[in-house]
Amino acid sequence: MAEISPEEVQHVADLARLALPPEELARVGRELNRILVYFQELQELNTDDVAITSHAVAMENVYREDSSRPSLPVEEVIANAPDSAEVFFRVPRIVDK
Amino acid sequence: MAFAPCIGLEVHVELDTESKMFCQCRNEFGAAPNSRCCPVCLGLPGSLPVPNRKAVEYVIRTGLALDCQVAERCRFARKNYFYPDLPKNFQISQYDEPLTYGGHFHLQVNGQQKRIRIRRAHLEEDTGKNIHLPDGRSLVDYNRCGIPLMEIVTEPDFSSPEECRVYLTELRAILRYIEVSTANMEEGVMRAEPTVNLIDSDTGEATPMVEIKNLNSIKSVYEAVKYEIQRHWRCLESGEEMYQETRLWDEQNSLTATMRRKESADDYMYFPEPDLVPLVPEHEWIEEIRASLPELPSALRQRLVERYELPEYGAEVITADRDTAVYYEQIVEAGADPKAASNWLMGDVMGYLNEQSLEIADLKVAPEQLAELLALIESNTISGKIAKDVFVKMAETGQSAQEVVKAEGLQQISDESELGRLVDEAIAKNPKAVEDFKSGKERALGAMVGYIMGQTRGQANPQLVNQMLREKLGQM
Repeated sequence: MAEISPEEVQHVADLARLALPPEELARVGRELNRILVYFQELQELNTDDVAITSHAVAMENVYREDSSRPSLPVEEVIANAPDSAEVFFRVPRIVDK
Repeated sequence: MAFAPCIGLEVHVELDTESKMFCQCRNEFGAAPNSRCCPVCLGLPGSLPVPNRKAVEYVIRTGLALDCQVAERCRFARKNYFYPDLPKNFQISQYDEPLTYGGHFHLQVNGQQKRIRIRRAHLEEDTGKNIHLPDGRSLVDYNRCGIPLMEIVTEPDFSSPEECRVYLTELRAILRYIEVSTANMEEGVMRAEPTVNLIDSDTGEATPMVEIKNLNSIKSVYEAVKYEIQRHWRCLESGEEMYQETRLWDEQNSLTATMRRKESADDYMYFPEPDLVPLVPEHEWIEEIRASLPELPSALRQRLVERYELPEYGAEVITADRDTAVYYEQIVEAGADPKAASNWLMGDVMGYLNEQSLEIADLKVAPEQLAELLALIESNTISGKIAKDVFVKMAETGQSAQEVVKAEGLQQISDESELGRLVDEAIAKNPKAVEDFKSGKERALGAMVGYIMGQTRGQANPQLVNQMLREKLGQM
C-alpha cells in the first residue's frame, strides 16, 4: 500500500477543519502512515468469502412505532449551549468553503 | 451545433408522520423555537436513534407509486459536514444503498408521452433552521431537525421548464393521493432543486452543471429553469466563462446569481451509520403496501375521461386533489349527469370553497345532496340560476336542496295558467317592446321575460315563459 502523501494529509485536515502548521502536518502524516501499516497487515488475510461488515451485531429491522411524547423544556434544550439568545442557540458565522 | 437542455430534479419531501425520524419528538410545523427537541435530535452524547417504521413505509409507498424497486437490504449512512443546521455534525442519510431505486414516471406534455427515469427515493432526516443576524452570528432552531425527509432524484431527462412544471405538479398530486405528505412548497414541506446544463449529444460537449436553490413554488422552478437555460445559451454565444456552481433564484428580480462555486467535488466522508442496523423490508410488508396504494392521479384522470367523457382539462382540475375526485364520482354515482356534475363542481362548488378558503372535506353539502340539487334543475323544479343561491344556502346551513327550496319558496313556476296570466300582463305593460319585437327585434323579448322574472323573483320557468310569450305574440 502506498504511503499517505502530504497532500492527502492536508486534505483530511481540511475536511476536519484543522489548521495544522507544517511540522504538525508532517508528524500527523507519520502517525497516519503507522496506522495504515496495521491495515496492511490485515489486508493479508483472505476475506473473499466474508461479507463486508458494517455492524458488529447481526441484527436487522429494528423499528419503533410512530408515536410522539413530550420533548424537553426549552430551557433544558439550550442549557448546555456555549451561547444562546432567548430560546435559540447562537453560533458564530460559518464560512462555507 | 446540437446543444439541448438537460435538466434533473432533486425533490425533498417532509413526511407526514406524527413523530420525528429517529426520536419521539412531535413532527410539527410552527411550534415555538426549540420546543420539539430531545437528546436524540440534539445529538447529545449517549443518545441512540431508532427509526420510525411509518417513515420507512412512506418511502416504500412512494417508491412503489413511482415504479421503483425496493431494496432487499439497505443501510443508513452518515453524511459528514460542518454546518450548524445539524447538531451532530452529520446527517443520517442514505448513500450507496437507497431504500428504493430505478423507477420511472410517464410525463404527458402537450399530448406527448415521455418517460422520466427516477434514480432513487431514499430516506434521511431534515435539518434545523438558521436565522442569520446582521452581526454575522446565527440563531438556530432545531425543531425541524430530525423530521423524516424523503429525497426523490430523477435522471437528467427533462428538456424544458414546462416538463419540470408538469412533473412537479403531478408528483405533488401523487404524494397527496398516497397520503405520505402535504407536499406544500410554500411551507417548505416539498422543496425542489433542479440541475441544469446544455449538452451536445453529437460531440458530448456540455456547459458546466448548475444547481439552483431557493425555489419555493412550482412557478419559481419553472421561471428559474427557463432563465438558467437562456443564460447558458447566452454564455455559449458570447463565449463568457461558466462555472460548475450552485446558484440562488432571486424571485424579486427573476434571475439566478452565484451562491458558491464548486472547485472540487463535495467530500462528505460517507460511511455506514454504526448506530442503526440494516433495513431488510419483508416481502409481505412490501406487498401489503403495494395493495393499499390508491388509484394514482394519471390513471384516475384517464378513467374519468373515458367513463364520463370529461374533457382532458376538466379531468385534470377534478383530479388535482383526491378528495375532489372522490366527491365528483360520488355525485355521479348518486345519479347526476357527469357533465353537469363536473360543471357544477368546477364552477359553483370550487368558487365557493375558494371564496371561503375551505377544503372540499369541510363542505357541508354532501355529494348526494349536490346530486339532489342537480336533479331539481333537471326536473325544472328550480331554475339553474336559482340553484346557485340554493347551493350557497345549503353550504351555509347544511340543509338539503329540498329543504332550502321549500323554506324559501323557490320552486320554479311552471304552472301554465299562472304563467299565462303573467304573459298577458307583460304584454300589456310593455307596448314598446311588443312593437319592437313585431318589427323583427328579437332582443325586445328580453324586456318582457325580465318583467315576468321580476314579478316572480326569478322563479318562473324561463324556457316556458319564452315559449309562451312567443306563442302569444305570434297570435297578435
